[in-house]
Amino acid sequence: MKASQLPARAGVGFKPEHFAMIDAERQPVGFFEVHAENYMGAGGPPHAQLSRLREVYALSIHGVGLSIGSLQPLDQDHLRRLRQVCDRYQPESFSEHLAWSTHDTTFLNDLLPLPYTRETLEQICRHIDEVQTTLGRQMLLENPATYLLFEESTYEETDFLDEVVKRSGCGLLLDINNVFVASTNHNTDPRSYLARFPIRHVREIHLGGHSETEDDLGAPLLIDSHDTPVRDPVWALYAEVVARIGPVATLIEWDNDVPAWPVLRSEAEAAEAILRRSALAA
Amino acid sequence: MKTSMISLAIAASVTSALASITSPAFAQEAGKEKCYGVALKGQNDCAAGPGTTCAGTSKVDYQQNAWKLVPAGTCQAMMTPNGHGMLEAGPAPA
Amino acid sequence: MSSMQQRFAAALMAPDSPLPDGLSSWNSRQPKARYDVYRNNVMMGLRRALASRFPAAERIVGEDFFAAMADTFIRAHPPRSPLLFLYGDDLPEFAAGFPPAQSVPYLPDVMRLEIARGRAYHAADAAPLDPARLAAVAPERLAELRLVFHPSTALVRSAFPVVTIWAMNAGELPAAAIAGWTPQDALVVRPHLVVEVLRLPPGGAVFLEALTDGMTLTTAAEAAMAADAAFDLAANLAGALGAGAFSAILIDQGDQP
Repeated sequence: MKASQLPARAGVGFKPEHFAMIDAERQPVGFFEVHAENYMGAGGPPHAQLSRLREVYALSIHGVGLSIGSLQPLDQDHLRRLRQVCDRYQPESFSEHLAWSTHDTTFLNDLLPLPYTRETLEQICRHIDEVQTTLGRQMLLENPATYLLFEESTYEETDFLDEVVKRSGCGLLLDINNVFVASTNHNTDPRSYLARFPIRHVREIHLGGHSETEDDLGAPLLIDSHDTPVRDPVWALYAEVVARIGPVATLIEWDNDVPAWPVLRSEAEAAEAILRRSALAA
Repeated sequence: MKTSMISLAIAASVTSALASITSPAFAQEAGKEKCYGVALKGQNDCAAGPGTTCAGTSKVDYQQNAWKLVPAGTCQAMMTPNGHGMLEAGPAPA
Repeated sequence: MSSMQQRFAAALMAPDSPLPDGLSSWNSRQPKARYDVYRNNVMMGLRRALASRFPAAERIVGEDFFAAMADTFIRAHPPRSPLLFLYGDDLPEFAAGFPPAQSVPYLPDVMRLEIARGRAYHAADAAPLDPARLAAVAPERLAELRLVFHPSTALVRSAFPVVTIWAMNAGELPAAAIAGWTPQDALVVRPHLVVEVLRLPPGGAVFLEALTDGMTLTTAAEAAMAADAAFDLAANLAGALGAGAFSAILIDQGDQP
């Protein structure tokens, strides 16, 4: 099974509106990441652009619609489409989310949360196994940004992920913004979450922005909105993680209110500076 | 007889059509700007349609009652001076 | 065993329904604002998907109207696939039957044109037919010729001036009063990487539809002539060839010269 092998550098989520600027000169980024579902059409500009990027840069394909956390079987048509995209572009990495988005035949278009129980654990491991077998490669599973909890949960999220990794052999995509968002939303300490996280299985890190609101009782409620620069506390947690485990592929995610290319590139350069520092210290 | 007349007419039309296409390789065949579907102004082709997201949204929407709303975009500007030209769409005015 | 997901899913698109059982937060057992984050993500995300697939339709009716219509549509026709670039194929039919949209009866046709554009954008790539291939066909065989359409080609026929209306709402023409309120048919095609929308001359749509159905050049030309006496075969052929609407020619049972 092919392991995930992104370079230990900073990358950026590719947005088509940036294509012309990106293509004009070699960019100081280690890789680009795209959402698999945007490249499931037959042809046209999406494939022309991605093929062009692929000639120059390492590539991470990130799925947002497989619904791995569903208790129902995986959508076989979608799995086949994922295999086609991976076969065509041979990405250095494929990742998906610890979440669900399809129920019956309805696609709900959000990364929905699940209880952490023995039942969900077993189902997720079966799904990951199916994905890894179909794609012939290791996949990375991403920790979610969550806004609420389930009374029936019997595992901490970190223990649940640890168990998934042990049983399925998948790698992990550690989204540090999600850690900060979820810890704030659940009134817990992100550093103790990170201390318990099975960190030696992390093959990629995500960094993104979030926005702030409040719940019904006036407690802080953060939304994983990917519409701002990476916030300072997330940078601080990131620097700590990198100091602990060394350089690892790091993606800047900015999906809503997408800024001009130079703004995104400078976010990636900030991450790259932290990666270089840790490489020198090692 | 009829068939060969039609054949001649078709052949003549095809010849005439071919003669009137000035650039057989099609003019839109691509300066670099258009090579990847990127329009000159640096905009993405507006047919791109929806992209996916793995993010939530912080924009909260307050639902409006669809049944009480009235279309209020450019449909106003496109009305003819006589009012709702669109409701009288019949045969073309001369 | 899927009952939690079932309850969770069912309440997402029903804003007034009670919270699903079994949710909590560190400070409450009725975390409504927290569950509403998911409700909002789902509806706003799908609404945004529709707005980006139907930008001209949104301009015609305005953002508020479009959003409210989209919400009604989303609840009645939620997506069945994670491929959002295909979501909303039945929005034109929905809009045609949506009472508040009756003052804009051309709206569904504009939506159909936008669907054709989106499909052309994602269609399979293929080289358009080189007219030299047609020039090489022996004249006596031209009458029985059939044409294969480019994978991106689509026709949109309308009782309204759909091309003009679309162009005024896609930034190609200023939105102004449309005096000549006549039916228009559109040819949508992406021969290379840019989607083009062209207005067809009289009889053009009938001609191209007949060719799509596999009729010969002769039969298609006769059908077009019968539909509109002003049909001009040479002009229509030149226009469609120049637009890149075809990808191949067939002579006799599928031989390709």
